[in-house]
Amino acid sequence: MRTPVAYYLIVSGILFMLGTIGVLTRKNALLIFMSVELQLNAVNLSLVAFSRLHDDLTGQVLAFFSMVVAAAEVVVGLAIIVAIYRRRRSVDVDDVRELRW
Amino acid sequence: MPLDNIVFWVFAPISIASAIGMLLVRNAIHAALFLVVNFFCLAVFFLLLDAPFLFAVQIIVYAGAIMVLFLFVIMLLGVDSNVPVRERLVVQRPLAFVLGAAFIVELFLAIRAGVGLSTKAPAVFTANEGGNTQAVAKVLFTQYFFPFEVTSILLLVAAIAVMVLAHRRARAVTQAEIDAAADDEADAELPAYDAGAAS
Repeated sequence: MRTPVAYYLIVSGILFMLGTIGVLTRKNALLIFMSVELQLNAVNLSLVAFSRLHDDLTGQVLAFFSMVVAAAEVVVGLAIIVAIYRRRRSVDVDDVRELRW
Repeated sequence: MPLDNIVFWVFAPISIASAIGMLLVRNAIHAALFLVVNFFCLAVFFLLLDAPFLFAVQIIVYAGAIMVLFLFVIMLLGVDSNVPVRERLVVQRPLAFVLGAAFIVELFLAIRAGVGLSTKAPAVFTANEGGNTQAVAKVLFTQYFFPFEVTSILLLVAAIAVMVLAHRRARAVTQAEIDAAADDEADAELPAYDAGAAS
């Protein structure tokens, strides 16, 4: 274990930033969703890195829970995207604006 | 140079490059494949951080189940329909990159102040005594038993929700539609029969 923990944290931060940029700039609901997955994974990496740093398994357990919640979230989110697509023939987030204002 | 350092410096650029690739490609399938590469790199990081259980879960759940689900939905919706027609994010796009750069600078300073850039983890991960999976199970089923059970309810609710959302309700069919369908079938059969007889 010679690599400083800060390197993992920086990689995690860069991945989180890239995911954020994806959420902010993409218009396709599916690609926004993939960017959210990227963010969740980046946070998992930092959790595991902190778990290693503090010699405590709580971080790993938390990362495990976050994976389970992410799986449930993906399933429900994709079902919603499919339902929207059936109704509007589009996955562009600009087309879904009834509740916007 | 120790082995884990080499592995880290091999996989860190790959993970970041695949994330950037996911941002830049237009095709949703290509983005999903870049995301799979990124998930595998993160799994390797988990292995380097002495979390082999999460390494396996990452590959099975993320690179396996979730990405298959993504690709399945992309195929279901059709690849061509995913190309965005309008690009109206003129102001937001550069702003997102500026804010992202600011975020990474801030994070770098926070890590330097909080953790320290050269702080290394303890040489031996004592929490992993007796195997990582056993140790995680011990924590999961004692200290975090209630959240674990709540998670199972969450998965059940998610499964039911998906069935409700994805279910296509059967429309009541009227007698007039049945008659019309029967007429169409009769019309369709007749010319085919004549053509067969003529030849």
